[in-house]
Amino acid sequence: MEERILSMICVSCPVGCDLKVQARGKEVVSVEGHSCPRGVDFAKAEVANPTRVFATTVRVAGGKLPVCPVRSRQAVPKERLDDISREVARLTVPAPVTIGQIIVGDVCGTGVDIVATRDLAAEEERS
Amino acid sequence: MADMQVDVAIIGAGPAGVAAGIGAREAGAKDVLVLERDWDLGGILQQCIHPGFGLHTFKEELTGPEYMHRWVVRAREAGVTFLTNSMVFKLDEDGSLWVMNPERGVFKVTAKATVLAMGCRERPLGAINVPGSRPAGIFTAGTAQRFVNMEGYMPGHRTVVLGSGDIGLIMARRLVWEGARVEGVFELMPWAGGLRRNIAQCLNDYDIPFYLSHTVTRVHGKDRLEGVSVAEVDENRQVLDGTERFIGCDCLLLAVGLIPENELSRMAGVEIHPVTGGPVLNEFYQTSRPSIFAAGNVVIVYDLADWVSQEGVAAGRNAALYAAGALKEPLRRIDIRGGANVRLFSPQYVTAGEDVTVYFRVLRPIEKRCRVFADRGLFERKHRYVRPGEMNEIRLKAEALQALPRSVTTITIDAEEV
Ligand SMILES: Cc1cc2nc3c(=O)[nH]c(=O)nc-3n(C[C@H](O)[C@H](O)[C@H](O)COP(=O)(O)OP(=O)(O)OC[C@H]3O[C@@H](n4cnc5c(N)ncnc54)[C@H](O)[C@@H]3O)c2cc1C
Ligand code: SF4
Repeated sequence: MEERILSMICVSCPVGCDLKVQARGKEVVSVEGHSCPRGVDFAKAEVANPTRVFATTVRVAGGKLPVCPVRSRQAVPKERLDDISREVARLTVPAPVTIGQIIVGDVCGTGVDIVATRDLAAEEERS
Repeated sequence: MADMQVDVAIIGAGPAGVAAGIGAREAGAKDVLVLERDWDLGGILQQCIHPGFGLHTFKEELTGPEYMHRWVVRAREAGVTFLTNSMVFKLDEDGSLWVMNPERGVFKVTAKATVLAMGCRERPLGAINVPGSRPAGIFTAGTAQRFVNMEGYMPGHRTVVLGSGDIGLIMARRLVWEGARVEGVFELMPWAGGLRRNIAQCLNDYDIPFYLSHTVTRVHGKDRLEGVSVAEVDENRQVLDGTERFIGCDCLLLAVGLIPENELSRMAGVEIHPVTGGPVLNEFYQTSRPSIFAAGNVVIVYDLADWVSQEGVAAGRNAALYAAGALKEPLRRIDIRGGANVRLFSPQYVTAGEDVTVYFRVLRPIEKRCRVFADRGLFERKHRYVRPGEMNEIRLKAEALQALPRSVTTITIDAEEV
């Protein structure tokens, strides 16, 4: 299989190392430019199956705020972000919401839960 | 309501203020009160719902609200008192505060020491001189972030972003996720303002065009924004003839920089640095008014909330020591000076009383091996690059500072090629 040289920026931490990645198909042959081992893991994932943590908001009924922030508990395949975002956009959850509460379990069959990232009290509690 | 007396009063419940509360309690202050004008705690991180916080503090990447949740839980356990819906509208020279709260009315808080933790605000369009009308649809990126992430409405459907600060990059991706089109991000300088990872994961991931050395030259539309003209600029930031083009859009986001929020500091006569726009500090995070301390974005705009929290803890601790009459007397004063490639830094001087980290930004990027240093052999570290979008650190040891000859009254910090 043909070898490719890919340039990418590691997004695993705020340093953002420039990586030069030599890849054959979905296999990584070599990585240059990383400052720590996580850079290599990142390059492998980018070549085989890129994933991202997804963060958005979900509509809330009767809450102090009309929306509550949520995230995917783990990273999900990048190519599924569209589906997941549509799935979450369809929902309205009742207040109160508790941080860590599962909003959608196993979202779009990825095995990953969408969870709330803040506490959101019901409206009448607002002082 | 009755006036209050506390050991340490803190203005603002963002990462800096919440951490300052913990630092003050841990250093033995009895009554520690944090005043916050918003109805909830967390400061700007309430609206930063993307992951990217806490890698240093918690060894995992949290979203802004999750990060703050953990700190607030810690602060409550440490015995910090919070008052929300409480706007501090006046600060006296001795650090006493005047507070307005819808239920309690106006009251005065007398504190033995005060910590400023008001954060920063965004530079508006007025500050950047773009000609044309001012139709609806122009927002700072942070305002748009609050709209989308907390109020639940969209600022527009076709967006242009001016400036490549992190908030603008993060909002570009956020709007795409919400179904909007982002026509492009336009940056005046020949380099990016934000972190590299945000260029990668916010723009490149979604094929959002990114134009360096470009600016918005005009806004179009009467009541509602209809579009903007953009053009390329030369190295002197002058528009290049013939490069101007029109882009239709109903939303223009400005990510053109943040300014520390220091109206209260000025009222109290705290010396403000002309370049950073924040209080002049020593290594104790102490301002020119000895009972007033400061931490976080009110001092200098930080990249990482983790650092803000760290500084907050230290400022709170020193405020508590001051309140107890136990803060070290300054041994001497050594001013810090930025070299040719340094503009923004804090603290501005040291007294050789404590080890200190000086945070600074370079003016121009160096994309090759370089050294970040303080002269007189006080510090040196090699880097693969330095960039304006990423803060650098210089660590100075109290012992080494004490050992400097008395004739030394300044230290220069800089970054240069090796
Ligand atoms: C719009 C925006 C988005 C940002 N996004 C990111 C990001 O994605 N990632 C990142 O690492 N950093 C981000 N930053 C930088 C971020 O602000 C800092 O990392 C951190 O939040 C600074 O903490 P702080 O406590 O100094 O300020 P803040 O979090 O701004 O907190 C200041 C608090 O003080 C309160 N306050 C101000 N004046 C008064 C008063 N007079 N009386 C009572 N209360 C008062 C405010 O309401 C606020 O709650 C962002 C900054 C802004 C402005
Ligand atoms: S390689 Fe390591 S240091 Fe570099 S960006 Fe990735 S995680 Fe950060």
